[in-house]
Amino acid sequence: MGNEAAAFGAIHAGVNVVAGYPGTPSTEILETVAKNNDGSIHVEWSVNEKAAMEVAAGAAYSGARALVTMKQVGLNVAADPLMSLSYVGVKGGMVVVSADDPGPISSQTEQDTRTFAMFSKLPVFDPSSPEEAYQMMKDAFELSEKIGSPVLFRPTTRVCHGCASVEISDSYDKNIPDGFVKDTQRWVIFPRTSFLNHQKIEKRNPELGKELSSYRFNTVTKRSGRKGIAAGGISWAYLNEVLTRIPEAKDVSLFRVGTPFPFPEKAALEFLDGLDEVLCLEELDPVIERALIYTAGKYHLGVTIHGKHDGCVRTAGENSPESVLSDVGSFLAVKIPESRKLPEKPETPVRPPVLCAGCPHRASFYAVKQAMKGKKAVFCGDIGCYTLGNAAPLDMVDTCLCMGADVTIAQGIKAVDKDTTAFSFIGDSTFFASGITGVVNAVYNKNDIILIVLDNSTTAMTGHQPHPGTGITMMDFFEKKKEGIREDIANKVSIEQILKGIGVEFVETVDPFDQKKAVETVKKAADLSGVRAIIFKAPCIALEKPKALYEVDADRCKSCHKCINEIGCPAISMKDGKAFIERTLCYGCSLCEQVCPFDAISQKGGAL
Amino acid sequence: MDTKNVMIVGVGGQGSLLASKLLGRMLLDEGFDVKVSEVHGMSQRGGSVVTYVRYGTKVASPIIDKGEADYIVSFEPLEAARWLPFLKEGGQIVTNTQEIDPMPVITGAMTYPENIVEKMKATGAKVDALDCLSLAKEAGSSKAVNIVLMGRLSHYFDMPEESWMKALEASVPPKFLEMNKKAFVLGRDA
Repeated sequence: MGNEAAAFGAIHAGVNVVAGYPGTPSTEILETVAKNNDGSIHVEWSVNEKAAMEVAAGAAYSGARALVTMKQVGLNVAADPLMSLSYVGVKGGMVVVSADDPGPISSQTEQDTRTFAMFSKLPVFDPSSPEEAYQMMKDAFELSEKIGSPVLFRPTTRVCHGCASVEISDSYDKNIPDGFVKDTQRWVIFPRTSFLNHQKIEKRNPELGKELSSYRFNTVTKRSGRKGIAAGGISWAYLNEVLTRIPEAKDVSLFRVGTPFPFPEKAALEFLDGLDEVLCLEELDPVIERALIYTAGKYHLGVTIHGKHDGCVRTAGENSPESVLSDVGSFLAVKIPESRKLPEKPETPVRPPVLCAGCPHRASFYAVKQAMKGKKAVFCGDIGCYTLGNAAPLDMVDTCLCMGADVTIAQGIKAVDKDTTAFSFIGDSTFFASGITGVVNAVYNKNDIILIVLDNSTTAMTGHQPHPGTGITMMDFFEKKKEGIREDIANKVSIEQILKGIGVEFVETVDPFDQKKAVETVKKAADLSGVRAIIFKAPCIALEKPKALYEVDADRCKSCHKCINEIGCPAISMKDGKAFIERTLCYGCSLCEQVCPFDAISQKGGAL
Repeated sequence: MDTKNVMIVGVGGQGSLLASKLLGRMLLDEGFDVKVSEVHGMSQRGGSVVTYVRYGTKVASPIIDKGEADYIVSFEPLEAARWLPFLKEGGQIVTNTQEIDPMPVITGAMTYPENIVEKMKATGAKVDALDCLSLAKEAGSSKAVNIVLMGRLSHYFDMPEESWMKALEASVPPKFLEMNKKAFVLGRDA
């Protein structure tokens, strides 16, 4: 997997400290380092991306090689330290991985880390395959150390989750940090030093662009024709695939960009020399395209650059070999042979993702829905599995913006919509990542919300990473290997204690599968004012074995559809006019039993 | 050799990642250049998922275009139908027959197509439909559907059974190896 390749690249580069926050498609990088740690690397899931960036910065100040991992929206959270770090610089090599997600397949935005690189004035590496993710990682550390600045590394989903055989080296670099050396001129950011450093950075980057023009992953292939194609990232891999299918492309010059910023201008000039037209293939922002237009203008070259700006290439979503074939075909004005007529597929109903059978979030949402029946209420959601609570029939997520926003959006809505009851739903990991400040804000400003913490004791959506509430750290992988045990090493951080400490007076912890108590607690909270918090605590089904399963007594089932129409459990459907529970999907959560008005559902036998 | 394309499709959570790992490892051991593209994140929660496996002398792209799949291996018949336009002319579908209703079908907003295997066959596709769930239970766990399916797929491949078994040993925990081997053979010989 590309993420594993990047991780091994970092391990082989002698990385000393790795910090990150889970996020698809970046998560497996840090996990791979943790699993292959001989104990010499400090590995942590930080509480959020900003914390991870700062932990890594401190390590790099002290001469360590440090790696930070996150997804693209995580870079927004870490933007504050990153922007300043760009001016302050580092001593040990520091690589910031921010994985982009064209599509988007599992993200809120289609933002481009390469654009962030330009904004923060930091170099960025853009691998086009898992093999390159391995090779470029070492290059990234070396460049970072050479220029004394963090560098960005941005794979995209198809590189992160693409698997290939990657040759890895046997030799490890060993980096022994010499520790933090005090130097206020260097490590304390002040307007005056920033002004001086800014000048240095602006001088450095064009020089670096010249130097990177001969970098092994910035390549120019000159051919006899007057047309050229420039590409970067996974689009470069697609282009290579497609070129073998178009004989007319043999005269086309090629420019492959592995470091989109600082732009390898010298290589670009060599590529553009003698060309009339160029097509740019890249996902997300037109970074290479704009750089080529800029270069052509700067040097008064009579070349037309095609791409996203003139509609030759799609502006949003992923590229594919198919889209690249069509784009290159149009650019070269060659007719792509029609592929055979594809089989007409039968009508297929969509299959959106859903909360798993047995998921405690379903019970929590349902309890709030029951308690607020017939009353005006707004349900602000957040990022995680529980965003799926928006789907019918639950329909319990009215807003979702970004990590932590549920807590504060609810406060804003309540400030305007005074007769509504404003609920905010937040997962445990998200609460630690960015929910706490929102609660402080509510308590301080006497804002009126009901905070629902959906505590399933894990970071479920990204693949069950531990967080401060679990007491498990990423060093446990190594400890476990050493001791053969897995015990809590860290002190668990208590959400209840945090809320009480902030000054929330109404804090109740309830098992959402005890529906009666859950509904009562929500009603009680709704009758009060100020900040009220309910922690619905029950573990994610992935952390537990299925309990005794449930069955429908067909004689008792009155076909009222309540279990179907109200809770939306994927294990329950109608078969022959009666509700039916698929035993291979059931987890034995008991919610359907509590919902059925005719006592037709009951426990039957053990788990499969 | 020309690149061969296998799509593994199903419902998130059914075990398609392990299936693609097994297949990828076997092909790698057989000396092919292999590219696999997995899906993680939100769709793994019961959504429609697809994993691409490509192998040959040299493979650049990790994803498969419409009309290019030599095999579509499906955990669920509706998912096989959904990805049908990706099948190459003369390509083979291997599908589990266990139907899993998507939420819009459960709530009654949409209907699950009837006789879906026949409908696929009517388009000219070669379809091998097998009740993998029953075979998985026979092997000892309803979770082994993915291995039964891989066993069935192996039936269409030239590679010797030992290559698959070696890859299986490397892909599943030792505790479950015997059960998975049984599941594989049940699928292969079905």
